[in-house]
Amino acid sequence: MNESLSILAMQVLNGLAYGMLLFLLAAGLSLIFGNMDILNLAHGSFYMLGAYIALSVAQYLDNFWLALILAPLLVGLISLVLELGLLRISYNRGHLTQVLLTFGLAYVFNDLVRWIWGAAIHTLTPPASISGSLEIMGQTFPRYRVFVVLLGFVIAFLLWFFQEKTRWGAIIRAGVSDKEMVGGLGINIHLVFTLIFALGGVLAGLSGVAAGPILGLYPGMDFETLIFALIVVVVGGLGSFTATFGGAIIIGLADTLGKVWFPEASLFLIFAIMAVVLLVKPQGLFGGRAA
Amino acid sequence: MNRKNLLAMSVLFLISLVLPWVIAVYPLGIVIEILIYGIFASSLNLLLGYSGLVSFGHAAFFGIGAYTASIFAQNVSANIFFTLPAAVIVSLLAALIIGFFCTRVSGFYFLMLTLAFAQMIYAIAHQWESLTGGSNGLSGIPVPQLWSGFSFEDQKLLYYLILIVFLLVIFGIRRFIASPVGQTLIGIRENEGRLKAIGYNIRNYKLLAFVIAGGLGGVAGALYSYFNGFVSPHEVYWTVSGHAIIMVIIGGAGTLIGPTLGAGFLIILQSVVSSYTDRWYSIVGLTFIAFVLFAPKGIMGLISLLKLPGKKEVTQNFNVEGEKA
Repeated sequence: MNESLSILAMQVLNGLAYGMLLFLLAAGLSLIFGNMDILNLAHGSFYMLGAYIALSVAQYLDNFWLALILAPLLVGLISLVLELGLLRISYNRGHLTQVLLTFGLAYVFNDLVRWIWGAAIHTLTPPASISGSLEIMGQTFPRYRVFVVLLGFVIAFLLWFFQEKTRWGAIIRAGVSDKEMVGGLGINIHLVFTLIFALGGVLAGLSGVAAGPILGLYPGMDFETLIFALIVVVVGGLGSFTATFGGAIIIGLADTLGKVWFPEASLFLIFAIMAVVLLVKPQGLFGGRAA
Repeated sequence: MNRKNLLAMSVLFLISLVLPWVIAVYPLGIVIEILIYGIFASSLNLLLGYSGLVSFGHAAFFGIGAYTASIFAQNVSANIFFTLPAAVIVSLLAALIIGFFCTRVSGFYFLMLTLAFAQMIYAIAHQWESLTGGSNGLSGIPVPQLWSGFSFEDQKLLYYLILIVFLLVIFGIRRFIASPVGQTLIGIRENEGRLKAIGYNIRNYKLLAFVIAGGLGGVAGALYSYFNGFVSPHEVYWTVSGHAIIMVIIGGAGTLIGPTLGAGFLIILQSVVSSYTDRWYSIVGLTFIAFVLFAPKGIMGLISLLKLPGKKEVTQNFNVEGEKA
């Protein structure tokens, strides 16, 4: 295999890995947005919390796998508590109130993380079994990225299966189209909202842990990543995990390859894609619902 | 305006005139900051309060105004009749381009896009080092001048300049909101569907509001660069947009002076709190959450509660456009 092709293969893998991280984050964001009409501005904070909690778990228990499982669950628990304690009492106030509340929370979490873990830059170390490199067809790839891509595909498949093939998934799909009708059919829509918000927290936390070894942990990672997740939602469109998945892969690849080919203008590439999508198909490339 | 209001306004105006001569340099600096952020929050209020457009990227225009004024002052002339119009024109153009995209969508999509575009401006401020100085920012910005030989070296003079601009902006917004265009914007906030049905071109009105708000945001940014003498990418960061939103909501969205009160509240709180603790962000966040939950109409809403019952005071509601009532 010639050299430029092997660099390309490597960057495609990196792009896919980044796309998977964005997918995990944006899936929760779009799920919450699509069902509850709340743009969760604390979603980046959940991502950041996932990464930092995993850092502590990995330090104390010395086990990355436990961190990968425990941290997302803890973030899910935190988001569950926030939904019940803060968002639920403001349902009758309209969605703007709730979005503003999540924004206030983003400030608090940003500060709490700085307080507890300090402002230094950290990184998560993956265990030996998924670090180092892997040889496929005479080409070496970093194992951890391959792991992230596989993890992303597995989670994407599980979410797709959950949404398309299970009863709960049907309720969620119905919730995107017509909440009141779902409530009218005797389904406890508030319980659905709580569970969706918690699931979104779990996914964001998982994204944070998985991103730890690649992107690192630093104050400000919350909003930086939230912006990319928002772009994924705009490009992919609302309504299904498939749409988010498509958007995430496109943005992940475009950002990574853009950084290689035109390092100065990589961010513009992302925004150019977003602008074109908005002009040509405002509901997103794979979305069903108009923006 | 009735007699009592006129009297109160005159007293306030007199106080603001003699202020630099009775207070020290540090509190005067805080007053200047309140006026600058008062302009900035008021410009955002045109969108968030009056038009129901929740913009999360207003820092873009603050930054563009600050950088434009500084770059022109360094390379061409520090005359404010030059730097201020330059800042306004560039901000207006940027607002036209960003607004063109953002007004194509509604509801929270608008919020996302404004946030994303502002972050792009932040990235430009960070990466285009030859123009913006990168993460170091621009320092050593020449002191603004009225003409050569008359510069705003003295902070008292700068205070008067900023006070004049502040008053012009506030009265300008008052006139604008009372105009048919301003009333149409309020109509769009209250019931977008109905205005569309009557035949108004909603998008053009929203774009107009966006461009005006962007231009005024640029004014605030330019004044900030005069006051600070230094600009950095921090001026374009999301926290600046966030602070502006917090100021508008805490002061009272959709009211004329609410945003300035919110700016005053936040800046004074910051200067008090930061001498005790580093946990400033938590305190802002929690204060904001408390206002959203318990006093959604902000300080202006609280003031109107104090007024005599029976006298109906108008504090307008804000609502996300495109949302079912």
